[in-house]
Amino acid sequence: MDDDRTSIHPLWLRIIHWANAAAVVILIMSGWRIYNATRFLHLNVPFTHERLFPAKWTLGGWLGGAIQWHFAAIWVLFASAILYAVLFIASRRGKQFLPITPRGLWSDIKAFLKGHLSHADIRQYNTIQKLAYLFAMVDLVVLIASGLVLWKSVQFGWLRVLLGGYEAARYIHFYAMAAIVAFIVVHVVMALLVPKTIKAMLWGR
Amino acid sequence: MDPEIKKDEEAILKEANGLLKDPAKRRLLGNVLTLGGLSLATGITLNHYGSVKEILKAVSRFNDGAQGVIFNPHNLAPTYTEADIKQPFPFNAFYSVDKAPVVDPGSFRLQLSGKIADRRPWDLPALYALPHTEQITRHICVEGWSAIGRWGGVVFSEFLRRVGADTTCKYVGFKCADGYFTSIDMPTALHSQTLLAFTFDGQLLPAKYGFPMKLRMPTKLGYKNPKHIVEIFVTNVYPGGYWEDLGYNWFGGS
Repeated sequence: MDDDRTSIHPLWLRIIHWANAAAVVILIMSGWRIYNATRFLHLNVPFTHERLFPAKWTLGGWLGGAIQWHFAAIWVLFASAILYAVLFIASRRGKQFLPITPRGLWSDIKAFLKGHLSHADIRQYNTIQKLAYLFAMVDLVVLIASGLVLWKSVQFGWLRVLLGGYEAARYIHFYAMAAIVAFIVVHVVMALLVPKTIKAMLWGR
Repeated sequence: MDPEIKKDEEAILKEANGLLKDPAKRRLLGNVLTLGGLSLATGITLNHYGSVKEILKAVSRFNDGAQGVIFNPHNLAPTYTEADIKQPFPFNAFYSVDKAPVVDPGSFRLQLSGKIADRRPWDLPALYALPHTEQITRHICVEGWSAIGRWGGVVFSEFLRRVGADTTCKYVGFKCADGYFTSIDMPTALHSQTLLAFTFDGQLLPAKYGFPMKLRMPTKLGYKNPKHIVEIFVTNVYPGGYWEDLGYNWFGGS
């Protein structure tokens, strides 16, 4: 456990991060295939007339295959979410993300606009990072909750009512997916701009 | 139904039918699944094409068991009012609406087999004489749409009791006039909202909605709700189903 004390990201966190990343990518790509079975929104690939989602972006080959991928990956997502929640509390990781103050946010936005927002110490998250990571956590909870309603609307009747009904859960699930995709795009771009963050998430330091 | 949705549906059917018939396409599907799996999950070449497919199938069977555990037979699906009924109610099958089977009501007999004490066939007047229940519930399709409809018929557990079905068995299976077949778990068969339905929206079921009868379960996806039922059997041997054998999840319910 010496390794854990000196590392930026403890081993458990790194394992959960990559397992979660793999599960979320599988869920998104198979989810797109499932969406394609009834495109309930009229969305095109940006700047084209091609309808979302092109088959080559999707996983599963057909609806049945995509559902198999989706419902295999949910177990990895469930496990990583529960383990993360438990270890998050046990290791007091909350300190890294909270508190978020309006003053801190405002000074970070000013720094960002001037191009001075610092990433120098990757142990310290700035306010915008804190918000982004908390947003991703909440969004994953929303995805799981709305997914549970789509999967088990009778057994989780209270959750169905909470989300505004069965069909509402479908839209919530879709928009929460879009939000996590947006998060992933920004997250990956930022990580590539500061490659030592990727090293830290792989090897711990 | 939205013509776009119709088009997607046809594409899915074509795809699935192709997979069933053409071994080359079946292999291709295996490869698609495997390629996706190896590039995403590992980045390592898998030697046995199809092994990912086998793993996914095994997980789907595991999920059947998990869903059986989650299923509480006392939880009821929500019911709705006349005003919520979708008009016209969507038609959906593995063929187009004009191919719906024609069943002669006069000569029709419902066959019973397997672990059932009284396996005498039933004619329609005898079935129509059973106690009648009406229900307005949401039909949820695996393809990603849902619609509210009104079905009427006999509570299925009441029917199973009358024919002396062995309700300690695991499965109830259904054979249909259009060659479709499926099967369900006994707890769902005994759920209080599971109906052997003879009417839709107060009228005898028209051919497109499953004449002479369909099993209506608001706790299961559409493909688990067989139409045009001609035979019901009770068994402990896993009977599978038309879509289930192609890869849809067997439990398929909420």
